[in-house]
Amino acid sequence: MAADRGDGAGGRAGDGDGSAADVAQRRPSGDGDARGGAREGTPRTGPARPAGWAALVDAGRLYLRYLAAHLRAQLQYPAAFALQAAGTLLITAVEFVGVWALVRRFGNVRGWELPELAVLYGLLMLGFSTAEMVGRGFDLFSRQVRGGDFDRLLLRPRHTVLQVAGAEFAFARLGRWLQAAVILTWGLTAAAIPWNAARVVLLVETAAAVTVLFLGVFVATAALTFWTVQSLELFAIVSNGAVDAGSYPATAYRRFLRRFLFYVLPVGTVTYFPVAALLGRPDPLGTPEWFGWAAPAAAPLFLAAALLLWRLGVRHYSSTGS
Amino acid sequence: MTLSRRLAPYRGVLRMRWRETLQYRVAAVAGFGTQLYWGLLRLMVLAAFYESGPAGATDFDFEHVVPYVWLGQALLGLFPMRLDNELADGVRSGVVAGELLRPIDLYSYWFWRMVAWRLALTAPRCLLMLVVAVALLPLVGLGEWALGAPAGGAAAGLYLLATALALLLGVAVTATLLSLMFWTVSSEGARYVLPVIVWFGGGLVVPLPLLPDGLAAVLGYLPLAGLMDVPFRIYTGHLAGAEALLRLGLQLGWLAALVLLGRWLLARGLRRVVILGG
Repeated sequence: MAADRGDGAGGRAGDGDGSAADVAQRRPSGDGDARGGAREGTPRTGPARPAGWAALVDAGRLYLRYLAAHLRAQLQYPAAFALQAAGTLLITAVEFVGVWALVRRFGNVRGWELPELAVLYGLLMLGFSTAEMVGRGFDLFSRQVRGGDFDRLLLRPRHTVLQVAGAEFAFARLGRWLQAAVILTWGLTAAAIPWNAARVVLLVETAAAVTVLFLGVFVATAALTFWTVQSLELFAIVSNGAVDAGSYPATAYRRFLRRFLFYVLPVGTVTYFPVAALLGRPDPLGTPEWFGWAAPAAAPLFLAAALLLWRLGVRHYSSTGS
Repeated sequence: MTLSRRLAPYRGVLRMRWRETLQYRVAAVAGFGTQLYWGLLRLMVLAAFYESGPAGATDFDFEHVVPYVWLGQALLGLFPMRLDNELADGVRSGVVAGELLRPIDLYSYWFWRMVAWRLALTAPRCLLMLVVAVALLPLVGLGEWALGAPAGGAAAGLYLLATALALLLGVAVTATLLSLMFWTVSSEGARYVLPVIVWFGGGLVVPLPLLPDGLAAVLGYLPLAGLMDVPFRIYTGHLAGAEALLRLGLQLGWLAALVLLGRWLLARGLRRVVILGG
């Protein structure tokens, strides 16, 4: 039903301008017509894919279509949706109540008091919940590999990462997102931040970097399923482990764990240095203040490495299906 | 029929579920790795708070925190964070009707099946965790965070008793929730909310004695404290003497109350259940 409507809309758009969305919509039906295509002597690869900027716009439009479909589907069960949103909200709330209780008892941790910890925690959770919404498809990816369903994705003329990302979208994580936004807002107003233009840039930059980092974590753990086939729940383990570690300033940890959080799974790099710079706190580890603006660059690097791993995985993939 | 013969089916359920759960060895190793990481992380954060705060912030010393955290990680599988999926699906899909045909008591069947499941989930991880926390940590130079012996002979005995009660109490909590499923049908709510409540109320997020005093006192009387906090504090010696016995009595009282509640709910639920299909 939804597919029919999609095709119709694509057709109308095509009458006008032959847009990229038109191509995107017609291609799935092209798969079914493979025999017809062969008879006419067109190569199996079909019409040329849009290239460069057009490809990006095309991918974006396709993704928005996925989103609209998921939103419609998930709102069919409003009670379950509300319950999930409330559930994720509660989990975040309880974690932060834990932070609050410890600060109430001990006053501070390594000189960080509650408003400062709220900024750190809020930014971390804001980025994490955004990534969770977008990256839910990678969470469920092991099912596709185990069931052999990934084969179908390989037949379609779009990037596999786009298709896996579009396979699911967790709108219910909005509960956690809102919670994080509230905590962050409170922290930003309660902490004495020496605001200037550069710090506003830093705030946005850090939130984006945390999102990108966790997308990288999701892609990397999903890519490992190409080898393990079975899900080891690595997804939850690694991302929860990173969230837990990122909830406190890196100076709270011993050196071996700190190194891990700076160099291997750079959640410490992406949150600790920028937030310390944002708050105007000198870093006891001895990095200069400008490093806070540079450190978020670790996130896109991590994502790039994850995508490389993904590409290797796709090449390694052999189907479990018949 | 002798008592031993009447109990035979439940012993059988216990044995089967134990073997079945032990099959998942990779999951056990992965779980162990997670818990080790999480335990170390928690200890570091708590150590940082103790080092940053004033000396007399609490009577719950860092020496008490170390066993509290490690026991929590070692025994994580004992705590009611999830419902048994097969049983929950059974209530939803109506498969539970098949169970009713058997000449056994459904509540006891559920109960012992879940006991075995939790024991089998816990046993391998617990052994590995004890080896690491007791022996390996001192070897890598983290002796300050190693798990030491219980506070004394009496503490050890009471600790074992309290842990056994915690296991049964946890199962009673999930059995009650399963019975409630005859009304709610979906287990979604329990799946999202249960772990959070158990983590916090049991003291896994923050050890209960470190919470604000009023909150800690209230949580101490709820059944969730009996799941983790009570046995761990007995082990460390923070809870001893009459106070420890009082808490054990409280655990026992909650266990009895929850079993009665669960049985009553189940009986009510079965009376109103309508099974479709042929």
